[in-house]
Amino acid sequence: MLKLFWTAPLTAKLGILAILGYAFVAIFAPLLTPYAETAIVGGSYELWSDEYPLGTDNIGRDMLTRLIYGARNTIGIAFLTVALAFVVGGVVGMLAAILGGWYDMVIGRFVDILMAIPSLVFALLLLTVFGTSIPSLVIIIALLDSTRIFRIARSAAMNVVVMEFVEAARLRGEGMAWVIRKEVLPNIMAPLLAEFGLRFCFVFLFIAALSFLGLGIQPPLADWGSMVRETATLINYNDITPLLPAAAIAGLTVAVNFVVDWMLHLSSGLRSDST
Amino acid sequence: MYSRQKTELDRLQAKVANGNMSRREFLSRVSAMGLGAMAPGLYMQSAAASPKKGGTLRLGMQGAASSDSLDPATFMAEYMINVGMGQLRNCLTEIDENNQLAPELAESWESSDAKTWIFNLRPGVEFHNGRSLKASDVVASLQHHMGEDTSSAAKGIVAQIETIQAQNDSQVMFMLTGPNADFAYLMSDYHLGICPANADGSIDTASGIGTGGYKLESWEPGVRTLTVRNPNYWKSGRAHFDAIESLFIADAGARENGLISGELDVITGPVAATAARLGQKPGIEVFYTYGNQHCTLPMMNNVSPFDNNDVVMALKHAIDRQEWLEKIWFGSASLGNDTPIGPANIYRATDDEIPQRDYDLDKSKYFMKKAGLSSLDLKISVADSAFQNSDDACVLFSETARPAGINIEVVRKPDDGYWSNVWLKDPWCASYWGGRPTEDWMFSQVYSANAIDTGWSETFFNNARFEELLPQARAELDNNKRREMYVEMQKIVHDNCSSIIPMFLPYAAASSDKVKRPENVASNWELDGNKCAERWWFA
Amino acid sequence: MSPLTKVVLQRLGLGLATLLAVSVIIAFIVELLPGDITEAILGQAATPEAVAAFRREIGLDQPAYIRYLDWLSGILTGDLGQSLASKRDISEFVGKRLSNTLFLGGVAAAIAVPLALFLGLLAALYRNSIFDRIVNFTTLTSISFPEFFVAYILILFLSVKAGIFPGISNVSTDLAFSEQLYRTLLPALTLTLVVLAHMLRMTRAAIINLLSSPYIEMARLKGTRPFRVIFHHALPNAWGPIVNVIALNLAYLVVGVVVVEVVFVYPGLGQLLVDSVSKRDLPVVQACSIIFAAVYILLNLLADIVSIVSNPRLMHPR
Repeated sequence: MLKLFWTAPLTAKLGILAILGYAFVAIFAPLLTPYAETAIVGGSYELWSDEYPLGTDNIGRDMLTRLIYGARNTIGIAFLTVALAFVVGGVVGMLAAILGGWYDMVIGRFVDILMAIPSLVFALLLLTVFGTSIPSLVIIIALLDSTRIFRIARSAAMNVVVMEFVEAARLRGEGMAWVIRKEVLPNIMAPLLAEFGLRFCFVFLFIAALSFLGLGIQPPLADWGSMVRETATLINYNDITPLLPAAAIAGLTVAVNFVVDWMLHLSSGLRSDST
Repeated sequence: MYSRQKTELDRLQAKVANGNMSRREFLSRVSAMGLGAMAPGLYMQSAAASPKKGGTLRLGMQGAASSDSLDPATFMAEYMINVGMGQLRNCLTEIDENNQLAPELAESWESSDAKTWIFNLRPGVEFHNGRSLKASDVVASLQHHMGEDTSSAAKGIVAQIETIQAQNDSQVMFMLTGPNADFAYLMSDYHLGICPANADGSIDTASGIGTGGYKLESWEPGVRTLTVRNPNYWKSGRAHFDAIESLFIADAGARENGLISGELDVITGPVAATAARLGQKPGIEVFYTYGNQHCTLPMMNNVSPFDNNDVVMALKHAIDRQEWLEKIWFGSASLGNDTPIGPANIYRATDDEIPQRDYDLDKSKYFMKKAGLSSLDLKISVADSAFQNSDDACVLFSETARPAGINIEVVRKPDDGYWSNVWLKDPWCASYWGGRPTEDWMFSQVYSANAIDTGWSETFFNNARFEELLPQARAELDNNKRREMYVEMQKIVHDNCSSIIPMFLPYAAASSDKVKRPENVASNWELDGNKCAERWWFA
Repeated sequence: MSPLTKVVLQRLGLGLATLLAVSVIIAFIVELLPGDITEAILGQAATPEAVAAFRREIGLDQPAYIRYLDWLSGILTGDLGQSLASKRDISEFVGKRLSNTLFLGGVAAAIAVPLALFLGLLAALYRNSIFDRIVNFTTLTSISFPEFFVAYILILFLSVKAGIFPGISNVSTDLAFSEQLYRTLLPALTLTLVVLAHMLRMTRAAIINLLSSPYIEMARLKGTRPFRVIFHHALPNAWGPIVNVIALNLAYLVVGVVVVEVVFVYPGLGQLLVDSVSKRDLPVVQACSIIFAAVYILLNLLADIVSIVSNPRLMHPR
């Protein structure tokens, strides 16, 4: 593992370090922050100082504290959502490819229908019906996202299931779970990974867009998307505050995708020296 | 100054005001009158106070939707109120720039018992299509909101009209169900704009034809409205712009950008947090008008623990209004004292009559103890539809209430559907009121026992003494006695009603400094009572 | 019948069925939404009598399935119905909004698609070079910013500071084409930044993927110049996945632009849809959703046709 890390290109190394850094911050948030998550510690929009390293927000909460806790909430929610979407979309997609026939038809049509409904509006409708608690936010976004994962997983798996080794395994009488786990999944990892990189950051953006429309994470929790939303107009007054959470999102997105690129590169067997 | 001189000076100043006299001519004429030293000052005075004609006013407003209609019965928010009442139509009466009742389409009105009212219409008023205004138009326009089948939002206001009748072409008589000294105030309501009557007694709302200062040129619901000056407008010295372009801009950032880049002249609702910085930009001015708009945190007094007034009192002392003022409104609002009667009301209790309630942990703890509680867990529902940043405000509240043993969980609900799903459904939520120009209107509509039946009561407040005073004060024509009664009613609400009324909210707007407005600006609605189109002008 | 026509007809049939299903789902969810149009429209002023009167007025007292069937029979005769809230004919105002939306999407696509292909090809050609890294980093950063924030930044620099473009794009049909185009450029640029990365990355990946195929290796060994290898050998075979991603993003340009519309005050269909959802104006929600779904289906069909046409094996099946 460590050896693999050393052979990675510089971008991937940076990416891995950045992801570890984000994870560290998210996990140890309470130990790293100068104040409690929701504590009101000063006046509105205090400037950067020793006391408030990145100033305070509109109601006087420490900005650095909010950013660090934001890592926890944002990454946590995005990770849960994407994981759920990949499990649901991936499994159903692979099953559709393996089972084929009626199952494939029905599921395929159903997914087509869901995808034809604009996702932001669909989410808006569903969240209004079910409320904007974190579980419903995660489940709804995950389900909407899983339709896209389904398509990718299914089309990639289609190419795999016709291979001899899969047919051989099924003739051997291996169970469905075994076939998926041992034969199909490893062979469709590449396109799924590529999708994972972008999906991950789309979840933040989706939540930010929802908060723009008045639905989002509950206060007083901090999340980066909503923090950008709350402070966005400050940019007009030469105040870089909204750039902080935006940069946090961007940094993570770039890091994740650098790593994904490298993994794709490894799995495609294309060596950089072949150019 | 001799009176002859004064008359001459007035005449000259009027000429300057109308743009019919140059500065040089004015100065020489005034010097000739022996007032040379005063001349430049006099010129400035007349030129500044005198509206100039011309230009297209570009307004960036909130509160529109693609489902909007020109039917005044459906008006609900600032955009259509401004277009409908402020540009296209007039009402019988209006609230003037000093927040006083003033005649509009009705020249005068009279009543001997406050129950039968006669309104005399102004002669010579024409609709945009050239037809003269008649009493039958007024009758039809009001009946539009009456009767079983109407879905008008003004139904509650006109419910007290028993009969309405055109005496002749220029006189309308109202018979009320009970005496109401404030009846003429009600006729200034923005729903009650006068539209031309059709032959069958209905009114024409779809064409946008009215008697107002501007004619409808084009209208795209929820997007843009263009109106042009009505050359035959009956009010003199009003409607100075050539045209008004009203844009609906939902996003505050977009409104501010439009103003900064010079694509808009006036916007409403600049972000409170950055309003001061917006005002520092060259050529931009942020201004506030203080009316009766206020936010409330109503609790249903038929739901535990809000049925216990001690709990309510503990909460009323656990909120730091000063902090709200500083952090949510950045000093631009004014403190509320748990009564809905605001700065623009006549009979508002003074600080001596009802001292301002402050953040007082000891008192809060005292009331908690009195209620026999050591700690309390509560939930409050909020959304931006209730009032801007109500979530942040209530987070502040929860922090200040915690030391008193009160744990408040702030639950943000979707903006969408807030008034139908949260308000009057959740036991404690955030809410707001545009405020009403009269005490009776506000109290009857929201705090009376009758309001419980009509579905406006936020708290289910029902107080015997209050109920006794309400009709008495309504019928009372003596101002001093009225004042006494209204102060007592405010005191009752202040101490006994399960609603926290922490803040009176200003109407915030920002404009380019090219836009001029009179010294006094009405505060019953945003933008000079939503009449900026006819009261403001370009420098 | 050629295989292509057969596929097209089949897909169109399926598309219609999908539209029907979409309309059922939308009707169902809107029915589930808490509160109804009367309360949404009358707001705080929704007294019980006013609500009852309004419900009668717009026929809400009938059960949901009857209203749905009424609406469906209207649609089948080409009648989109009336807005419940404003009582205007939907076809009258949706048409204008739709053409605005398509115009914005079109302008954005005209900038974004060629740019994404060009940069993607270059990035594949010079992969792992500084150029590749810079393109990769910039586009990833640009998609990490929420749309409204990208919009604010563009407005700040190009509208407020430089004064090149208007920050408010209130296009109306009475404007000349050039003026409309000018006012649409800033929102189109915002959308370009939003969709560029996805298309670019897919183009790059698809090309690189093919570069390891034996026939490309062959071409290269023959000494063909790298640029020619990519253009003549790799690109024609990479169209399939690229076109699919382009279709997905074009659909997004039409369907997913609510936020950009709000920030630029652009009178498009997305804002109408969100508005109508909050007013519970079912016929308008239906009309917009159906249009969006149709756009999505047609674009996907188009993508499939392109990949069939560009791939002889699919064009002439054994």
